[in-house]
Amino acid sequence: MMHFLLLFSRQGKLRLQKWFTPIPEREKKKIVRDMTTMVLGRKPRSCNFLHWKDLKIVYKKYASLYFCCGLDAEENELLALEVLHRYVELLDKYFGNVCELDIIFNFEKAYFILDEFLLGGEVQETSKQVVSRSIEASDMLQEVSERPRSR
Amino acid sequence: MPAVSKGDGMRGLAVFISDIRNCKSKEAEIKRINKELANIRSKFKGDKALDGYSKKKYVCKLLFIFLLGHDIDFGHMEAVNLLSSNKYTEKQIGYLFISVLVNSNSDLISLINNAIKNDLSSRNPTFMNLALHCIANVGSREMAEAFAAEVPRILVAGDTMDSVKQSAALCLLRLNRTSPDLVPMGEWTTRVVHLLNDQHLGVVTAATSLITTLAQKSPEDFKTSVSLAVARLSRIVSSASTDLQDYTYYFVAAPWLSVKLLRLLQCYPPPEDGAIRGRLTECLETILNKAQEPPKSKKVQHSNAKNAVLFEAISLIIHHDSEPTLLVRACNQLGQFLQHRETNLRYLALESMCTLASSEFSHEAVKTHIETVINALKSERDVSVRQRAVDLLYAMCDRSNAKQIVAEMLSYLETADYSIREEIVLKVAILAEKYAVDYTWYVDTILNLIRFAGDYVSDEVWYRVIQIVINRDEVQGYAAKTVFEALQAPACHENLVKVGGYILGEFGNLIAGDSRSSPLIQFDLLHSKFHLCSVPTRALLLSAYIKFINLFPEVKGTIQEVLRSDSQLRNADVELQQRAVEYLRLSCIASTDILATVLEEMPPFPERESSILAKLKRKKGPGNLHLDLDENRKERSVNGGTADHSSTTSNAKAPMPPQASAVPVLRSAGPLFQVFASPTTSTDLLGLGSTIATQNSAPPASKGASLLVDVFSGNTAAFPVETPVAVGPVADENFSRFVCKNNGVLYENQLLQIGLKSEFRQNLGRMYVFFGNKTSTQFMNFAASVVCQDALQAQLNVHAKPADPTVDGGAQLQQILNIECVSDFVDAPVLNIQFRYGGTLQNIAVKLPITLNKFFQPTEMTSLDFFQRWKQLGAPQQEVQNIFKARHSMDIEVTKAKIMGFGAALLDGVDPNPFNFVGAGVIHTKTTQVGCLLRLEPNTQAQMYRLTLRTSRGTVSQRLCDLLSEQF
Repeated sequence: MMHFLLLFSRQGKLRLQKWFTPIPEREKKKIVRDMTTMVLGRKPRSCNFLHWKDLKIVYKKYASLYFCCGLDAEENELLALEVLHRYVELLDKYFGNVCELDIIFNFEKAYFILDEFLLGGEVQETSKQVVSRSIEASDMLQEVSERPRSR
Repeated sequence: MPAVSKGDGMRGLAVFISDIRNCKSKEAEIKRINKELANIRSKFKGDKALDGYSKKKYVCKLLFIFLLGHDIDFGHMEAVNLLSSNKYTEKQIGYLFISVLVNSNSDLISLINNAIKNDLSSRNPTFMNLALHCIANVGSREMAEAFAAEVPRILVAGDTMDSVKQSAALCLLRLNRTSPDLVPMGEWTTRVVHLLNDQHLGVVTAATSLITTLAQKSPEDFKTSVSLAVARLSRIVSSASTDLQDYTYYFVAAPWLSVKLLRLLQCYPPPEDGAIRGRLTECLETILNKAQEPPKSKKVQHSNAKNAVLFEAISLIIHHDSEPTLLVRACNQLGQFLQHRETNLRYLALESMCTLASSEFSHEAVKTHIETVINALKSERDVSVRQRAVDLLYAMCDRSNAKQIVAEMLSYLETADYSIREEIVLKVAILAEKYAVDYTWYVDTILNLIRFAGDYVSDEVWYRVIQIVINRDEVQGYAAKTVFEALQAPACHENLVKVGGYILGEFGNLIAGDSRSSPLIQFDLLHSKFHLCSVPTRALLLSAYIKFINLFPEVKGTIQEVLRSDSQLRNADVELQQRAVEYLRLSCIASTDILATVLEEMPPFPERESSILAKLKRKKGPGNLHLDLDENRKERSVNGGTADHSSTTSNAKAPMPPQASAVPVLRSAGPLFQVFASPTTSTDLLGLGSTIATQNSAPPASKGASLLVDVFSGNTAAFPVETPVAVGPVADENFSRFVCKNNGVLYENQLLQIGLKSEFRQNLGRMYVFFGNKTSTQFMNFAASVVCQDALQAQLNVHAKPADPTVDGGAQLQQILNIECVSDFVDAPVLNIQFRYGGTLQNIAVKLPITLNKFFQPTEMTSLDFFQRWKQLGAPQQEVQNIFKARHSMDIEVTKAKIMGFGAALLDGVDPNPFNFVGAGVIHTKTTQVGCLLRLEPNTQAQMYRLTLRTSRGTVSQRLCDLLSEQF
């Protein structure tokens, strides 16, 4: 299973954090620190996999953002790379050419999309259409209920 | 400004985020946040009821602040309120807040559970999904208790929507992982297995994850999943890439589902049914064939997905380890990847081949790639890839290629990254020993290791080379000659001096015939290094010198001269001083015969498993699969994700503690066993001194010690003993009773009784000492003081408040001691009491039971936390283990009370074995806090215990282990 998924910028600013196992806050901060220093310190064109404690770390850079996840030892690294990619695609589809600012200003949406895709550290739905459809459906629900407010 | 505002825009939130982003400094950011928090707090507290939108907006702001890394201590109630909103968007934000800020605040949990319950029964799939996501995200025990029955029902109900089924499957998986005891198998299990046949691939994908985890825990219950999984896999593998519509990912048919099915099959042995087995083999062949087809797309996503399935298939082939043709094909495929231009594939191929190397069918095939792997070691730019190459070389090594591989690893060591040097050293040491045909090669290899990477050669490695040289006559002369030559280098590593000192001390005579290495030259050479070495090495060299006196009477004078010098006899280090004093006396008074007996050559060591191997296993990188593959495999199939912690359990059954073999020189049967004792055991020598001088109740003298006593009998007077407190014996009979309790009688004689009452909090303590006058006469000039000796001075502050100088007959005097623990410590302070009774001066010295464990604060933690931390504290120096015989009856309640009295929290239900005890706590000192985990494994049949301590500090582990071992 996946233990955590982190999105951070080149400057090490954390943009999204998702923890799939209960970890105390202090420990989380330490993990974030370790991950950013480790991943940001890698030379370009290095391989995308690392060992860290008992976990496999898989990371990939998209534009200015690093996507980084920690996996159990028996997980498939290549497929984890594609999990990251699929998440980027889903964000892209929703925001239309997603950029770091979209994730900063609409962080709650980024979490909602992630919840439709991954649950409990496992892939829940791999079809882009199905995930997008359910996100859109909930957006529709929002708009319907928001309309009378006319804000 | 927001780039996009889809759905509902919360303008206030966007403005706030912009403000934060515009802050120039951390201080400005904090200021802005505090302003916002004050605003939100006033809104929440205000008289005016907030509408749903505002509540949502503020909760969302709080969430943002929390995610920035600031603490949030309010707003939970408002978030819970949002859960029961009938507006989807408000509910959604409420759930997000709850999921991120998990808080096991009990009154809120019941409210949250209530809201979830309502949504689960709403029959609105969107709401149901939100509720299930929340359960899966939080996954707390309270939630498991509330919903463990409901979720399976939703999962298998006929009318549940597909998307809800998916959420329910993974939600159940999460609950099963966190609280397996609350999720019992039931009649739903068979129906879950049949989800593998579901039409909706999304449902199958989610269900396969669930089934795999359940099957790892109880394989019998889910056996039927094998045939279903094979059938499903076969359909996917043989489908055209367009058949599966959106489940085709960059021209690869359902890669996620394929990988999950292949993983599920790895929970089981090869299918027994011939038809199913044939079908599976066909699938695997098809996957291997596809790897040879030209790619359908140039995109990296295509090749990643395709190869992900391929690697998983190879894992299954290796797991089954039964089809030679498949294994060899897998090996060839990986061989191609070794030279692939994608770094990721080279990395994975190296990793995967490590496991292949241990299969008898493919070992030879793996070996054919040796040149490529060596080349990878030399040319890969990425250190993590080079590390895999080292692992693979280690795994593929056998007698036929050992010399080549060891030579390559040695030459790589000179330029290797610092992060992996120690591991390479261990690996080289193991391979050199395992495949040594002649031991001269072995000796050369180890000396080269010290030469190239002396700092990374751990004690285990040089202990081991000495064990081997001692045990093998044929190599002793060569070893002596080689170390002698190596020591000629003007700058040599201290580890080389240790090995050199030991070997020349034992076998220097074998090369003494050559005038170039005459006894005097040997001695001068060793002594030229003496002043540059640390205390433990100097201690070892002193022992080598006394051995020289026995081997070469002609240098006796020279050596005695050295021992007699002030820098030895009055050395500030008590251990060195003691050795110098004792050895000098020994060489003066003992006859040649006695000298020859005492200083006889070390007897062979019992053949044991190499302690280096144990150390490497403890490091337990993936590269070690080669050595304990079978063990690992068993664990993987039975216990799945928990393999690591079950391996600690299985280690626990090993008959010998790894540490026991670590010190090559500690042989209780050997004469003068302490002469070469390693520094950690050298305190025995000190203890021996005080035994003679004070006839105290020291630990029972061992065989070796008693021999020394014989040597010195009649000479005790001449035997100089350094006792800093010159008041007589220090009483410590009751000392160990106080390790697990704080109150009681510490000391009693005809005149005086000393009672104690103490309390400790964090790094501070207070001790009330009660001096009871048992006579009817007044004690005059009464004075009690506390002395911290040597190192203890800096580690522990004990301040005694002055007390009355007289104690009336039958009366009791109270004295208060304030205690502060500065850093971790071993020795105990001594309480010196002086008083005049009937004209005679009485001196009493008692060891005060202030022990490191007094500064424990218990820590409660879950099983998961415990084993996570346990693994994090896996470095060899952090763990100390002791196996010992029970001295008291093995009563469970008594043991529990002792562990709690020791100060640790006793953690129930953490260890998979209910008879074991585990505890956790933090040692507080002024300078640092040290987290401690302990585990006690009783063996009632053998009447033995095994105690393991893991802390972030080796010295703490050692001390706590010593203290607690005494108690059972």
